[in-house]
Amino acid sequence: MKKWQRSSGEGEEGVMKGGGSEERTGIEMNVVSRDKVESMGSMEKLRFILDGVKSGNIVVLEGGLTAEEQMKLIELTMLEVDDSFTGIEISGYPARRGLLNLRKKTRLTIIGPAAKMKTIKKDKDLISAIISAT
Amino acid sequence: MRGALSRLIMALFFRKKSVKIGIYGPPNAGKTTLANRIIHTFVDDNEDMGVATEIPHETRRVIKREGVLIDLKRLILNSNSNININISSGNRNRERSTRRSRGRAKLMFDIVDTPGLATKIDFRDFMAYGLEEEEAKRRAKEATEGVIEAIKWLDDIDGVILLMDSTADPYTQTNVVIIGNMEARGIPVIIAANKIDLPDATPHRIINAFPQHRVVPISALKGDNMEELYEEMAKVFR
Repeated sequence: MKKWQRSSGEGEEGVMKGGGSEERTGIEMNVVSRDKVESMGSMEKLRFILDGVKSGNIVVLEGGLTAEEQMKLIELTMLEVDDSFTGIEISGYPARRGLLNLRKKTRLTIIGPAAKMKTIKKDKDLISAIISAT
Repeated sequence: MRGALSRLIMALFFRKKSVKIGIYGPPNAGKTTLANRIIHTFVDDNEDMGVATEIPHETRRVIKREGVLIDLKRLILNSNSNININISSGNRNRERSTRRSRGRAKLMFDIVDTPGLATKIDFRDFMAYGLEEEEAKRRAKEATEGVIEAIKWLDDIDGVILLMDSTADPYTQTNVVIIGNMEARGIPVIIAANKIDLPDATPHRIINAFPQHRVVPISALKGDNMEELYEEMAKVFR
């Protein structure tokens, strides 16, 4: 079973991934720090997520994605859906209003392969999901 | 923010004669049924926007119908003869008063029926409805293209009816993403809680989930509460 670790936002990737040679028996989870998320441009972020999810990983973003970025992610996902990759499951805490109630601040977004992850319950502060290793 | 500002300026100085209203929502929420209901009511009883079936992603291309006029005055005049003669005089007066205020509502618009937005499309799901593998794969491919087309159309839309299924969990990320995008673009949204004719419909869950938005419970199939939706459209999208 591979382990997951919170990203520090520093170093080569800012994200901990499991070792390459060990045989995978579980799900790899990449938890990406707010610093790392904010250091990436929109397209870079979406490509990073989609590459991770297509490899079968769960990606958790501290700070999350904006609504526009999520829509773009859906669009990119649809371009890549085929017989083996059926799409993504995406879930996030609702955004909180920022300064002067104008800018929405996203809090956390979790994205995984649709074939492995299913959100079963969600409210403003809780996300419950089933993640299947097969 | 910039999009919202430019829309406000456009709305103030360059008022359009006709607006484009998109019907968005997840697959099987009843978008095409609603589009057909609107066309039957205000254009032609024999004209359909598209085909509605129980198979998800039946609509896989955006369909636009131009020049639809919501005229509640005409609609009410036509339906006045059908008012139940057994209602008491007090109730009848209240009914007439409400109908008079609604009767002022008018809106000229182009209606845009869009494919259901989804984050996943698996051809095997279509095979569960009896489709052959090849047909299911073709439908899945077209469905992915439909989702992209629906998203692209958001750039040209002036208002959105976000249709949700009252029997399903409203708090899906797709619904949240659509609302978030409309807010960011400054596009007005009306949420229609569809399928209230079904016994397990719970439209109050949708009302509770999105308290900052106007939610109108309807049945597009049976025509329940449609006048309220039309009135809201004329008010919000004008």
